[in-house]
Amino acid sequence: MTLDLALYERAMLSGSEGDATAMAMRIVVSAAELLAAPRLVEIRSAHIDGCLHHGDGGVEFAERLVEGGGRVAVDTTLNVGALDLLHPGVVRADGQKTAMARRQMDAYVRMGAKPTFTCAPYQVGHLPGVGEQVAWGESNAIAFVNSVLGARTERYGDFLDACCALTARAPLYGLHLEENRAATVVVDASLVPPALKERDVFYPVLGTWLGLEVGRDISAIVGLPESVTRDQLKALGAAAASTGAVALFHVVGATPEAPTLDAATGGLAPVRKVALTGEMLRGSLDRLSTATDPAGVDAVAVGSPHFSLHEFEELTRLVRGRRLVMPFYACTARDTLNDLEARGDAGILRDAGVEIIVDTCVVVTPILPASGGVLMTNSGKFAHYGPSNTGYEVLYGSLEDCVESAVAGRLVRDEEAWAW
Amino acid sequence: MVAGRVLVAGEGGGPLLRLDHAISFWGGVDPVAGTICDPRHPDFGASIAGTVLAIPAAVGSSSSSAIMLELLREGTAPAAILLARADAILALGVIVGRELGYNGIPIVEVPVEQLACLEQGAPALVSATGVVTQPDS
Repeated sequence: MTLDLALYERAMLSGSEGDATAMAMRIVVSAAELLAAPRLVEIRSAHIDGCLHHGDGGVEFAERLVEGGGRVAVDTTLNVGALDLLHPGVVRADGQKTAMARRQMDAYVRMGAKPTFTCAPYQVGHLPGVGEQVAWGESNAIAFVNSVLGARTERYGDFLDACCALTARAPLYGLHLEENRAATVVVDASLVPPALKERDVFYPVLGTWLGLEVGRDISAIVGLPESVTRDQLKALGAAAASTGAVALFHVVGATPEAPTLDAATGGLAPVRKVALTGEMLRGSLDRLSTATDPAGVDAVAVGSPHFSLHEFEELTRLVRGRRLVMPFYACTARDTLNDLEARGDAGILRDAGVEIIVDTCVVVTPILPASGGVLMTNSGKFAHYGPSNTGYEVLYGSLEDCVESAVAGRLVRDEEAWAW
Repeated sequence: MVAGRVLVAGEGGGPLLRLDHAISFWGGVDPVAGTICDPRHPDFGASIAGTVLAIPAAVGSSSSSAIMLELLREGTAPAAILLARADAILALGVIVGRELGYNGIPIVEVPVEQLACLEQGAPALVSATGVVTQPDS
């Protein structure tokens, strides 16, 4: 199949919009060809996951685009970098690495992207509409924009998301097309006790299971309460995208493409139906904790994806007037920190011992104490990536468990929720 | 002999390393050492540098393109990658590397049942047309 390009797209390829746009277009076209896309689709927004320094190749790429006069052509937000630019010294890195990480973040801002530096752009006002074509990077953001907002993106990686932003084009394939968005797997959560489904701690575990068992297939989850919150769906998607390549799931009665099961499956019979059991969920729950010493906790980290204002309200309520006796990190967007400062909650959190991290997070860059040990978290994504990225063993629990453990100086976890 | 679909053209050869489990390069591969660094992966510690790396499924973070680019830059990349299912994420790292003047590697889509026929550890060659041969097997 050959790729059919419009006149303007051919012009971009031959340099009509400058060298950077031409390079970006070459990369978009190469990607479209290998994905066997028949043509490109115009996009309205982009989220670029290219600010995180993995090595100097990423800096070279971004600066090549800047030198070529690169400018984003659509509304574009930026994912986390390797530095907390508002709190220098929080990240342990030598001068050379810090300088390169900074250059990489700056390059994308120079191309006109908004310096949001968050993995949850949907919490700082980047909210594409239902059916809108977009090009987003960062696996949790992809899952959220597709599933919870109903906009349409494929799983873009570093580089392609930036090239889409510069050209306002993406390969037309996969989840950009309505016919590929129907659920083929029905996951029935009816047997899960209602009290558990009300709790935040349930959703990363469900997501972990979904990623492992359903993977790339698109699921329609039935039996979740209508009151399921955006934070809970965010946690579900982030965990699912960590353990599997989940880019889209439907929650019947809660997400925009799933007012009914029939709508979620496109009117077709599902290929597979699974009823969730306690055994399945306990298997996923167990996978989120690797620490063998049942009591030791050395640090706590929350905010992957970045904490929302609502999650901070809950944390503020839990720690107000108390004293956390171990390092406790809450990762968020700089815009969310601004709101916290304005309402006075940042001071309450800091007085209790919460360290608020912005622009980055503790599993992508060295922030946790170098001594290592056991990290407790309420995030399925932190629990998944923590051991390989930080060297810490992990323990999973609810936000309440995390706070109680940090106050007590040892593991305090409510196990009763899972007893069914 | 196995004939796959070329995703990124090129030639390469090395011992076949077939992973039994899905892998995310980000969080799963150390780009400086060229080794699998996720302690929960069954092939933890294995070097992917210079291998013909057969992957049943790539998962997880979209940052894996960046790790692919750094592997090429560091000279620790596999000699070729065989994917059971076409995925833009790793290929993008190679395509961008080409723009920046790094040496590229072939990426070929090979059905999972044909990946299973290849002999683990035996030398494998990937041709520019996507044909995988194992001369000693």
